[in-house]
Parts: sequence; structure tokens; C-alpha cells
Amino acid sequence: MEAPVELRGVNFAYGEGELRRQVLREVDLRIGPGEIVILTGPSGSGKTTLLTLIGALRAMQEGQARVLGESLLGASEAQRVRLRRRIGFIFQNHNLLGFLTARQNVAMSLELDGRRTEAQRLARAGEMLGAVGLSDHLEKQPAQLSGGQRQRVAIARALAGDPGLILADEPTAALDKQTGQEVVRLLRDLAKGRGVPILLVTHDPRILDLADRIVDMEDGRVVQAAKASA
Amino acid sequence: MNEVPPPVKLLPWAPEHMGEAAEPPQAPRREPGVLAGLLLALRLAWRQLRADRARLATAIAGVMFACLLVFMQLGFRGALFDSATNLFRAMRADLFLMHPLTEASFRAEAIPRARAWQALADAEVDRAVPVYLAQVTLRNPETGSRRAVQLIGLDADAGAVDFPGLADVAAALRRPDTFAFDRLSRPEFGPVAAMFARNGPFPVQLGTREMELVGLVEVGPSFGADGNVVLSEQNFRRVFTRQAAQADLVALKLRPGADVAATQARLAALLPGDVLVLTHAEMVARERLYWETGTPIGFIFLFGSVMGLVVGMVIVYQILFADIAGHLSEYATLKAMGYSNGYLARVVLGAAVILAVVGFIPGFVLSTLLYGYVAGATFLPLEMYTERAVGVFLLIFGMCFAAGLLAMRKLRDANPADMF
Repeated sequence: MEAPVELRGVNFAYGEGELRRQVLREVDLRIGPGEIVILTGPSGSGKTTLLTLIGALRAMQEGQARVLGESLLGASEAQRVRLRRRIGFIFQNHNLLGFLTARQNVAMSLELDGRRTEAQRLARAGEMLGAVGLSDHLEKQPAQLSGGQRQRVAIARALAGDPGLILADEPTAALDKQTGQEVVRLLRDLAKGRGVPILLVTHDPRILDLADRIVDMEDGRVVQAAKASA
Repeated sequence: MNEVPPPVKLLPWAPEHMGEAAEPPQAPRREPGVLAGLLLALRLAWRQLRADRARLATAIAGVMFACLLVFMQLGFRGALFDSATNLFRAMRADLFLMHPLTEASFRAEAIPRARAWQALADAEVDRAVPVYLAQVTLRNPETGSRRAVQLIGLDADAGAVDFPGLADVAAALRRPDTFAFDRLSRPEFGPVAAMFARNGPFPVQLGTREMELVGLVEVGPSFGADGNVVLSEQNFRRVFTRQAAQADLVALKLRPGADVAATQARLAALLPGDVLVLTHAEMVARERLYWETGTPIGFIFLFGSVMGLVVGMVIVYQILFADIAGHLSEYATLKAMGYSNGYLARVVLGAAVILAVVGFIPGFVLSTLLYGYVAGATFLPLEMYTERAVGVFLLIFGMCFAAGLLAMRKLRDANPADMF
């Protein structure tokens, strides 16, 4: 069975000519179904660039990359937009739409899929919010929620569309230790229950033990891929 | 033998292995229909607009202001042109003869009166009446001040020309030194209509002659004249010295059931090149065209309308732009979730369209009220026509749409790759 994420020999550079700066060099990475991989490394090591490439947010330059069965090299903007719909993104900031309620925010990730009616979308959004423990806050706007609650809404939004892959960037950076761990545990439990792999970029040492595998990057290379806990 | 193991279908943590019911197989993902997608984009736009009440109010006020400005400019323009053509619009007959060089009623080129008799050669022409136009002064019977008034001399008995109210006074106009006054004339002529209603006929100085006011008709003031006076041919020549053989217009009445267009064509072929044969509508349109193109009036109001639209567009653009700029990260998140540029563009255009509709409605109501008020104050025929309302709505719609197209460029700054 094909792995959800399979990268081989990926190179990436910003800029042109003398300003050209190589940020990824010959990166190989494979993430199996249901695997939770944490990507760490100092700033500028290329983690975020790698994440945006896998998430089809950036055009590939060189190398082989297959994400959820789609080849990324040479993919058009429209193809990448379609692929993104099958990926759940969780950002450092929750980036919820301030003028929508929690439930409407989650339903936004379902509106691109014509299979569900509005009532079904709202019901599904309600279930997802229930799964992250926010059943009592369905109709609140983001401004009325705490930081941890907002991040949980963002998780519900990322998971609502049954993604094949979840990409998260520092999801705990804006949270205190306890909330941060709760949020990541929740993410892990939900993902494990569905067999969805997670790729997580973080500096946060408090959540490293949740990973199946930790991938360390430096200067655009994968320097070490350690099993988190034996 | 090599046994090929069956492919792994279920992951170890799939619901079936956890003792739960299997999820029903789902149809493959598909995009929502075009209409559903548009409605969702429109709904998102409305929800975003609704969230910031102060900004929404500003935007609505901007659109309303533009709407009001355009309505007033077009209203004044239309009213001035309507009033400019009051004389010809009130003068109803089947066909008219007019000199080709006559640009406007206030300085008509004379045509030989003989053309009226020549027109009678056509079997379908029943009656032909020469019409004489001139301007003299009329003395205000209350204050004694004098003011220019339009004289319309014609044979009221012939019945070829019909002014509202003319039939009732036709008999009285046959008497020497009598005239009918236009009750819609500007108030500077004094309370003539009220005095007539109270006292009946009374003497008024017209030009250098004392004449008797014997009735009232309805014509309406125009650019050329503040008021109108209708009198017989003979009385006209008593007030204003003029060769009787030189008329300004000829009004033709056709036999009942006559084909107007065919008669018009036959007369045009029959008569010499010094007259044009026009229907009533054509004559009014010709007069209107003079004021529209021969004077800067049309341009002034057009310019005012365009200014209103530009100001409105800048306001709407500012609002939409600020909305996008303030929600760049949210827009970028939507892009990361798989929303296309086109979808977000539709959201911005949707907001523009909503502003057009929501701003137009109060603008329309306010303009209608103002029309009534201004019409009362200026005696201009300001009216809310359906065509004008539809036209202004299309203009406002286009204005908001253009603002949306301009603001849309800001969407490019919402780059999902910068979100991490």
C-alpha cells in the first residue's frame, strides 16, 4: 500500500541568481498510514518549507513527491487546490473566521464538498466539536472562546472533512503547557482513531513524547530520524 | 506455490476492528454545484459584512449617497429637458410641419403659410392650422411688473391642436382682444389663475395692448418662457406685428382611421424642401435633442452623475479593500483549506453586489421623497420613472462591481504558504 507521504530527493531554493538560497537538500521522507511524525530543528532548517511543499501550498521545484497518491512535481495550481481539500491544516494561530460561530467555522471545511447538505454539514460540524469537547460552545464566536478552545475548534475544522493527512505547525505555541498537551493528545487520539497520519512541526519539547517518530532537520537536510520512545 | 496475500483493506484501528459499525462507503468527493457554490460565497460575504456594523453602515451610506446624487442629477436633467419641451408636449396634433432649420421652439424659422393649404391636398389630411409663436411681456396684475411670456397664436376653433383646457375657452377666444393664460406658469406672473377663478375674466396688459383674460389652459413653463398665452391668429397679430403669410408651425389633423406614417411619407414627398413633416413625438424629441446637445446642460448633469459614481466607487472600494486587508490570514487559511482564488473572488464580488442592493433601497426611497420636495420648490417636473430607477440601479450595481474587481487584487496578498 502506498504511503500517504513519500518524498525522495526533494530540493528547494528561494530567490534567483546570486540571491538564491537553498533551503531543502535531497530530503527523503516517508510517512505511513496513522503515523505521527514530529519535525524539529532550528529556525531556518527548512521545516516550514517542507511542510508547505507537502501541503501543496507551494509549487515543487525538484525531486519526487507523492502526497495522498498525487504527484506534486509539476502539479497545476488547480490540482494543488484540489489536493489541499484532502489535507487538514492546523496553524500556530487558530485563524478562525471571527465573524462565524465555532460551528460555522468547522462547517466551512465541508462546504467545498458537494456531497453534504447544509443540515448535514452543520450536524457533522456539531459532532466534530463534540469530539473535541466543545458541545457547549457551538454557537460562540472565536472571540468568546479561550485560546485552548479556539485551537480545539481549529482541530475540529481540520478533521471535519475526513482528511487523509494532517499538517500542523506549532499548534501549541500559543497555549500553556497543560492546554497544549491536552490539545495534542486530542489530536493524536482523533487521528489514531481514523488512521490519519500527522506531520507536526514543533519546537515544543513538552509534546515530543506523543510522536511515533521524530525527524530532525538541519540546514535543509534530514539529519536523524529517531524513534521517539522505544 | 506463491500465495499472494489479500490486500490489507482495513487498518487495525478502523471502526470494524474497534467493535463499531463500519462507516457507510461514501461517494467520491465532488464539487458543489455552480449555483450552490455562488450562494455559499454570497452567504459568506453577507456574514462578513454583517459582522462589522459600523463598516457596513459606512458602506451603505456611501452607496446611498452615490445613489442619491445620481438620482438627483438625472432627475434634474430629465426635468429640465421635460420642461424645455413643455410647449411642444402640450401642443397635440397628428402631424406637424416645421422648417428644417428650426432648432428650438423659442426661435422657430418661419415657413410659408401656403404649406398648410398645400398639405390639404392629401386626402387623409382633414384640417391644417398655422401656428404662430412669439414672445412679448405680460404685466403682473397684482404688482405691475412685466415678464416675458410665450405667445401661441392659432385657430382654436379648428380643433387641429389640442391643449389641455383649450376646448372650453375656444369660443371665448374668438372675441377680439382676448387670450387664455397657462395656469402652470411660474408664480412671478401673479396669482392669475386664482384671480380668474374668483372674479372671472379681467383685463391684463399683454405687450403694449390691454387684453382680456378669458380662460385657463395647461402648458407649463419651459427654458424659453416662464409662462404661456394662447390666443387666436387675429389677436396674435394685434399684440405682435407679423406677416400673416409667415407661420412658425403648421398643425395637421388627419381623418379618423388615417395611417399616420403613410400620410407623413406622402406629405414629405409632396411638399417642397423648406418643411419637415414630423409626428408629435418626433417634434418633441427634436426639441429635446437641441437642449441636450446644443447646450452644456446635458453634459453638466452627466458630469455630476459620473462624479457621484466615482465617489461611491471609491468608498465601496475602500470598504472592501479594508475588509480583505483585515482578514488576510483568514483568507489565506481558506486557500489552504482548498478554497480557490476564484471562490474568494466571488466572495468579494458578492459583498460588492450586496452593498449595491442594500445601499440602493434607502437611496431610492430617499430620492423619491426628495423628488417630491424639490418638485414642489422648483416647479420642475421631477418624477421617479421606472426606467430611471432601473437605470440607476444598473449604474450603482456596475459601480459596486467595478469596486469589487479593483479590491479583488488584494486577494493575491493572501498566500497560504506564508501562514506557517
